[in-house]
Amino acid sequence: MATEQTGAATEPVLGVAPPDVMVAPAAAGTTPPLWPPVPRVVFIARVIIGVALSAAALYAPFYFQPTMNRVLSQAIYLAIAAMGLNLLLGFNGQVSIGHGAFYGVGAFTSAILMIDHGWSFEPTIIASALLTGVFGLLVGLPALRVRGLYLALVTLGLAVLFPRVAQKFVDGTGGRPLLRPSRKEFSSLIEGLADDQWVYFLSLAIMVVLFFLAWNLTRGRVGRAMVAVRDQELAASTVGVNLAGTKVATFAISAAYAGVAGSLSVMVDALADGTNPVLYFQRSIEFLVAMTIGGAATMLGPAVGALALVLLRRNTQDLIEGKEILAPAIYGASLIAFVFVLPEGVVGGVRRLLAWLGRRSSAKGRPPTHPIPDDSHDIGGPHERT
Amino acid sequence: MSLLELDEVVGGYGQVQVLHGIDLAVDEGNVAVVLGANGAGKTTTLRAISGQVHVTGDIRFAGTSIVGKSPEAVSQLGIAHVPQGRGTFGELTVEENLRVGAINRRDNDIQRDLDRWYGVFPRLGERRTQEAGSMSGGEQQMLALARAMMARPRLLLLDEPSLGLAPLVTRELFARLGDLNRNEGLSILVVEQNANLALDIGHWGYVLETGNIAVEGPAEQLHDDEAVRKAYLGF
Amino acid sequence: MQLFIEQVLNGIGNGVVYGSVALALVLIFRTTGVLNFAQGEMALFSTYISWKLTETGLPVVGAIVISMLIAFVAGGVLQFTLIRPMEGRSQLNVVIVTLGLFLAINSLAQLFFGTDPQLMPSAFPSGGVDLFGGARIQKDTIGLIVVLLVECLALWVLLNKTKLGLKLRAVAADPVSARLHGIRAGWMLMFGWALAAMIGALAGSLVAAERTGFDATLMQIILVYALAAAALGGFDSIWGAVICGLIVGIADALTIQYVDALDGIEVVVPLGLILVVLIVSPNGLFGKRTVERV
Repeated sequence: MATEQTGAATEPVLGVAPPDVMVAPAAAGTTPPLWPPVPRVVFIARVIIGVALSAAALYAPFYFQPTMNRVLSQAIYLAIAAMGLNLLLGFNGQVSIGHGAFYGVGAFTSAILMIDHGWSFEPTIIASALLTGVFGLLVGLPALRVRGLYLALVTLGLAVLFPRVAQKFVDGTGGRPLLRPSRKEFSSLIEGLADDQWVYFLSLAIMVVLFFLAWNLTRGRVGRAMVAVRDQELAASTVGVNLAGTKVATFAISAAYAGVAGSLSVMVDALADGTNPVLYFQRSIEFLVAMTIGGAATMLGPAVGALALVLLRRNTQDLIEGKEILAPAIYGASLIAFVFVLPEGVVGGVRRLLAWLGRRSSAKGRPPTHPIPDDSHDIGGPHERT
Repeated sequence: MSLLELDEVVGGYGQVQVLHGIDLAVDEGNVAVVLGANGAGKTTTLRAISGQVHVTGDIRFAGTSIVGKSPEAVSQLGIAHVPQGRGTFGELTVEENLRVGAINRRDNDIQRDLDRWYGVFPRLGERRTQEAGSMSGGEQQMLALARAMMARPRLLLLDEPSLGLAPLVTRELFARLGDLNRNEGLSILVVEQNANLALDIGHWGYVLETGNIAVEGPAEQLHDDEAVRKAYLGF
Repeated sequence: MQLFIEQVLNGIGNGVVYGSVALALVLIFRTTGVLNFAQGEMALFSTYISWKLTETGLPVVGAIVISMLIAFVAGGVLQFTLIRPMEGRSQLNVVIVTLGLFLAINSLAQLFFGTDPQLMPSAFPSGGVDLFGGARIQKDTIGLIVVLLVECLALWVLLNKTKLGLKLRAVAADPVSARLHGIRAGWMLMFGWALAAMIGALAGSLVAAERTGFDATLMQIILVYALAAAALGGFDSIWGAVICGLIVGIADALTIQYVDALDGIEVVVPLGLILVVLIVSPNGLFGKRTVERV
């Protein structure tokens, strides 16, 4: 019942810009595109960035040492989990600080299937995805009744609960829930590639597939439903969006992503660890950090954030010479710094820059199509992806 | 010199400028009415006065400039702002709401004022210990008004008090406002869409249109002028 | 029967701890609308300060009081520097800042005070008191219960019977409206944090003394239980937080004792409690308003 527009753009929710206050008036008889056309400069910039990144990604494992490749692989599975969280939180608005638990389930599923049942690695990824997807469904159902803050708490509980469940039910070496599949159990190593390179490429391939799926998802009807639910549930339901279905499905999918990440972590780190009571809580926070730093509700965001996080983790160990306990302090400080300075994350910031460039190049000689230019979400609209 | 003067006030919310040069005055002891369509800038004008919105230009209260002062400071100078939607403290009881109104007073008459307002609004008296949020819209409006008066203000700013209220309740509300003005000399600046009732108790009227004063004049004149009524007041 | 009473007493002993921390959580939430995930770590840091002060020879009570005063100031400063700028932004942003604080403060505590377990002297006489049924309750626990009751009473009086409390609650209900009435909302928010930090410092120092040594992990699991207690109570009610703390503590103790199947994963109890209660009564057992801000 606002009698006047307040005009003030509400602050981005973790970089998710609010729906446009002003929308370009549609040409008569057409519906305005949900993703407005991109000016040439921006498009070209994006293509160049895309190509450069792809080339770098493909060349990297040949350039770096095995330890670095391992670090990059860690970034990859972290990115996958962050993307899962991104779908749930960034696009669908449900808070979870317990995705570490799904990750853990994925990790242990792979490890147990390989060690106890002799599976080769690749099929376990699928099993993990399915199993964690089901768990996600089971969690998503009661989540319908539990909103916002409480959901955060309950999911936190999951992350805390998981290591204890692992401790209770999993028997690893010496009775501790620590599983280390041996190298031999990973099959299909292509000749000509060193172990670490193969691990990297497999992870990369899976990440690309999953990111593409996510992109497709968010672009389509389901994606729009997700965002509608996030932004304005009541309105969404009145236009026929199946609230419960959307939310639960998103939960399941996002859990599956975390599960796949867990599986991959077993390949990369050769380890499924249930001994550390706070590990999965830490992981949950890492996913959140990666998503935030990279940029929520964007496609590249989780990947950028994951890479930044992993490099940060690695470099603080060097920087502080033995004072590794400072690492969480640095995470914490970076998290806070980003929320202050760049709440839309790196990708959001880059988008703003490109949008500014795009406006500058196309501004000449063209009358504005909408009355009030609003530079915080011009081209890089909330529903668009890179 | 008027009690309240606005001089070329320009401002709004970040990128979106809503006020484009408002000149307005409220004389002591008078009721000034601001009318206008949705989006004209009525609420923003009040917010500018109470320091919630950053503006340029000058706003003078009893001679001193109050532009740039914080809402807390403006309140302590003697301006009470009842915002749109009333702003009652839902979780607090009726009595607690009233006491908040008097929070910065140092005198001993607070209880006396409480009794007085319970007398003027008997329904508030009946619901003294009830949570404000559980009351009806009309009751909450009465509460908001009484609460504002607990601060013994010199100037009362009212933003669309009739919003969401039944006609009978609205009539009673404006009757009270009229009483307060006549009997206590309370100066009032009321923003309204319900032009009729407001102009009835008003002395001077302004019609706001997209951030500018389009028409002003004695309230009665605005009320009777057919052209103005049709163009701006919709009746 | 004796076993049962013992377990209940055990549960009360723990429950008082959870209730103390839940109290601080609810206080911050009630006065500033923020769920402070860093509450436990702030308490931890203050506990270390208390400990350090006793190491320099100060009597325990004095050390704790000084630590509480330091916490008061620190809480206000934290709110001012890190939380206030988040005003108007989504609650999720604020939650992230508190998570960041959680990580940072814990890590800094380890940096400054080391990772070895330390011994915190108790402010209460040692030994126990025998009760009916042959069960025994520790004097520490009694002390903690008394302290908690006094805190609750003091807070209740503050919030409901004083002008300051009225201002705090007004700001919590509607900060904009409060400002329009001349209340310095900013100061009130800072005060809320300062007060909660102070309560946390007290809770942490007393809890640490109950253990045979504490380290940086002191508050981590306690936080989960305290969050459960606060959530059960609906985040809205001081007394609710404390009562639910006791409920969680007792439920936990009884589960450990009687339900073997949950051996090792008793933490499922507070979680299960939260889930069940919330599904049945979305505002918690004692809560009045909907907590839907994230």
